[in-house]
Amino acid sequence: MPKLTLSHFEASLLFAFLTSVVLGVVTKKTDRERLIYGLQTFGYFLLALFGLGWLMYLGHG
Amino acid sequence: MSKEKKPKEPLPPLRQWIHVVALGWLIPGGGHFLLGRRGRGALLAGCVVLMFVLGLLMRGTMFQPQTGDLLTTIIYVGGFIADLCAGILYLLTVWLGYNQPDVAGHAYDYGTKFLVGAGLLNVLAMVDAYDIATGKKD
Repeated sequence: MPKLTLSHFEASLLFAFLTSVVLGVVTKKTDRERLIYGLQTFGYFLLALFGLGWLMYLGHG
Repeated sequence: MSKEKKPKEPLPPLRQWIHVVALGWLIPGGGHFLLGRRGRGALLAGCVVLMFVLGLLMRGTMFQPQTGDLLTTIIYVGGFIADLCAGILYLLTVWLGYNQPDVAGHAYDYGTKFLVGAGLLNVLAMVDAYDIATGKKD
């Protein structure tokens, strides 16, 4: 089995994408609402990713 | 001002949902397929399987239940339960002899989290299938 080595960013992005799809599918009622909620969740993941990334970068000195 | 508690809704009959939830656990998205929600089932199955496979490719560790102090118990028993929630994916992986030791490194760590995440996403799918089977959702 080949070993996959992703960077922090790639792994977090994949995790955010897959989780957003599932949250969108199970949470809302219509397809449009699902799409919007999925995109919104993905956006929040990205925001947290960059926010925490910068926080750690600045906190590290 | 007194707060009145809502009376608790009785649990729907077991035979109405147990087979859907059980199949949903064993085969990710299976509960939805059983209920005729094929598109939804395929999307959920795809996400759970992809996350699990990525976890394996990153050589994530499967949790073994361990007890000790509170934090150890929560992490290891919780991690084991979450791994187990991936159903047939977890069972097949263990039966086929996957046994990755806990190694330091960010790729291995992400792999472990992806394996746990796949199980937790399957829990969401099972809850959704339960809601559909009991008529709480369309």
